[in-house]
Amino acid sequence: MENEKKQYTVSIYTENNIGLLNRISAIFQRRHMNVESLNTSPSEIAGVSRFTLVVNITESQMKKVIGQIEKQVEVIKAYYHTEDEIIYQESCLFKIKSELLFDERQIQNIIKESNARIVTVNKDFFAIEKSGRKEEIDLLYRELNAFGIMQFTRSGRVAVTKEEMRISTMLEAFQH
Amino acid sequence: MKETQTIQNEVEDTKTTERIPGSEAVVRCLLEEGVEVLYGYPGGAIMPVYDELFKYQDKIHHVLSRHEQGAAHAAQGYARISDKVGVAIATSGPGATNLITGIADAQIDSTPMVCITGQVGSHLLGSDAFQETDIVGISTPVTKWNHQITKASEIPEVFAKAFYIAKSGRPGPVLIDITKDAQFEEFDFKYEKCKGVRSYKPVPSTEENSLKTAAELINNAKKPLIVWGQGVILGKAEEEFKAVIEKAGIPSAWTILGASAIPTSHPLNVGMVGMHGNYAPNVLTNECDVLIAIGMRFDDRVTGNLATYAKQAKIVHFEIDPAEVDKNVKTDVAVLGDAKASLKDLLPLLNANSHNEWHQKFKDLYKIEYDKVIKNDLHPTKEGLTMGEVLKEINIQTKGEAAIVSDVGQHQMIACRYAEFNKTKSNITSGGLGTMGFALPAAIGAKMAAPDREVVMIAGDGGYQMNIQELGTIFQQKVPVKIVVLNNEFLGMVRQWQQLFFDKRYASTEMVNPDFVAIAKGYHIDAKKVSERKDLKAAIKEMIDCNDPYFLEVRVEKEDNVFPMIPTGASVSDIRLE
Ligand SMILES: Cc1ncc(C[n+]2csc(CCOP(=O)(O)OP(=O)(O)O)c2C)c(N)n1
Repeated sequence: MENEKKQYTVSIYTENNIGLLNRISAIFQRRHMNVESLNTSPSEIAGVSRFTLVVNITESQMKKVIGQIEKQVEVIKAYYHTEDEIIYQESCLFKIKSELLFDERQIQNIIKESNARIVTVNKDFFAIEKSGRKEEIDLLYRELNAFGIMQFTRSGRVAVTKEEMRISTMLEAFQH
Repeated sequence: MKETQTIQNEVEDTKTTERIPGSEAVVRCLLEEGVEVLYGYPGGAIMPVYDELFKYQDKIHHVLSRHEQGAAHAAQGYARISDKVGVAIATSGPGATNLITGIADAQIDSTPMVCITGQVGSHLLGSDAFQETDIVGISTPVTKWNHQITKASEIPEVFAKAFYIAKSGRPGPVLIDITKDAQFEEFDFKYEKCKGVRSYKPVPSTEENSLKTAAELINNAKKPLIVWGQGVILGKAEEEFKAVIEKAGIPSAWTILGASAIPTSHPLNVGMVGMHGNYAPNVLTNECDVLIAIGMRFDDRVTGNLATYAKQAKIVHFEIDPAEVDKNVKTDVAVLGDAKASLKDLLPLLNANSHNEWHQKFKDLYKIEYDKVIKNDLHPTKEGLTMGEVLKEINIQTKGEAAIVSDVGQHQMIACRYAEFNKTKSNITSGGLGTMGFALPAAIGAKMAAPDREVVMIAGDGGYQMNIQELGTIFQQKVPVKIVVLNNEFLGMVRQWQQLFFDKRYASTEMVNPDFVAIAKGYHIDAKKVSERKDLKAAIKEMIDCNDPYFLEVRVEKEDNVFPMIPTGASVSDIRLE
């Protein structure tokens, strides 16, 4: 079991300093591990950044990597989660020729049924935004691709855990 | 990202400020941290700091190395023998990149070091300006922490943090890169030592339960074996360690960097483990019932094939760095924390024991190793000089009190196997990176940090020439190090492998050497060459009696091998004696 590759979502709480992205990515690069997706953003705690990464590795590799990440001076805490421990979303944008919106009735249905949102429309193109699980976005992509997509981009995963993460309480202990 | 970064130091008192340029602040920070000596090489991007070093030369001694790699290794040697942080300084670009080997070496061997590099003006960053390299990017994987300063006002906080990080917890190298404009800029200087960093916990807390479980395992063990590493020395836990092994009567073996934590002659010291370690502790690793690792990290040179390493044993691991636990060997109990505190708390939980039968096994295997290997190394009957007998003679004449600084290769293994260590911090060598060229500059740093100790450098003809230019530093600084080159006219260790595993195809390992004695004399260093046994003793005496730096070349047998040996990928118990 320990040696079976699985998808893990990694959350890393760090100081908001230059160079940490380099340090963290180097940990994966050095071990020849591919990072499937990466997102960095502010966290719920002021001045603390959060990295969310997705990797496909074994659990024993995951544990060791977490140890190496936490060892970095400016990393406050790192966690890893399996798929069923988190609620996650990805976000994507499609750019499509405007004429299709009027010529292909089906497109309007697809937008409605997929809970996607039209962000902007002008005479040349319109843009759709969709947030959801990877499979939902994949599905929308396949459906729209049949009509032709001018541009497509998708974000890294963002995730929160189902269980409480005690990072805030932990950080409070630091402030004196 | 914010323009000015947050340096979350926790500081103590507040002091008044004073308006000075960044360059002066750098020197003042070093003084505040108690730095007395630094090793470096000047250049354009660090000139303002050098100008201040000139002004402050009565307070802080700058040693001009002959190559920045030499400066880094000297700083390492300085740190390894003392309790202080080694400091190296260089200019931007090539100066900075030349430090990298020393930084990488310090990282893997947990040596506290602060490196300071100059950088081009901040308006030029990222423009491929003259002598610009991204040294922060380059050094990231080999530093414990690094930081680029672009504003003078950051200097005090960053330096305070750097020294704190370098020496606390598991020590390591830190690099600070300072742009030239930050060196010129004036600001209100105020220094406060760093007492902590929010995101950094240098010493993990020890769970009381883990200590109890560890003690229970140790008390119930019939055939316990301790393998200790540098953690004992870095944690200043030598006394506690000795008390523990003596009470529990446990045979104890060391990794290359653990050497000298207890004297070589201690009855419970059963020798070195690993590729060229001693026969008994390697073989019995696969027979012990409890293996107690203290401040060591199960390096592959120690374990050989992990699949067959101590599989029968319960593993107890005393460790300061949580990332080392279960990294290579799965433990049954991990005691996290500082070795000194953990061992002190462990002592009262241990039962007194002697394990006489178990000790006898070590003695029996030692006898085998002695007959097959040690006797021939130390008391050779064939004509050519052996490296071992040189070490034996050094032991005799220094009474085992010398600090041995070895380079990398056959002579290193021989030095570690045969040097007698009566004092802690006496084995200064590049363990994890195996950096040829380490010894000569490291010996300079070691001797400067411990002027009262005899410092004897042992190198091969190969590694000696990798930083031979540091003879210039020795001459200029008058550092009385004793330099011994064991010349076998080969890159001996590689030649040994070629002999054993590549059908004696000696591809590019034979060395045609210069007149080493003439070179040393060219640097005004007393020098001698010995090629016959009858002259060895007197030559070593002359060297030890000399109050100045001294160079001794010993022509040793060209094709001697170092045994025992665990071939790469083999099991520790498959150790070969010939
Ligand atoms: C910088 C560096 N380059 C290459 C090596 C690989 N290497 C390990 S031992 C060795 C031979 C060392 O020869 P020498 O210094 O003459 O010492 P000897 O083994 O003969 O005692 C070499 C080339 C190394 N360890 N470090």
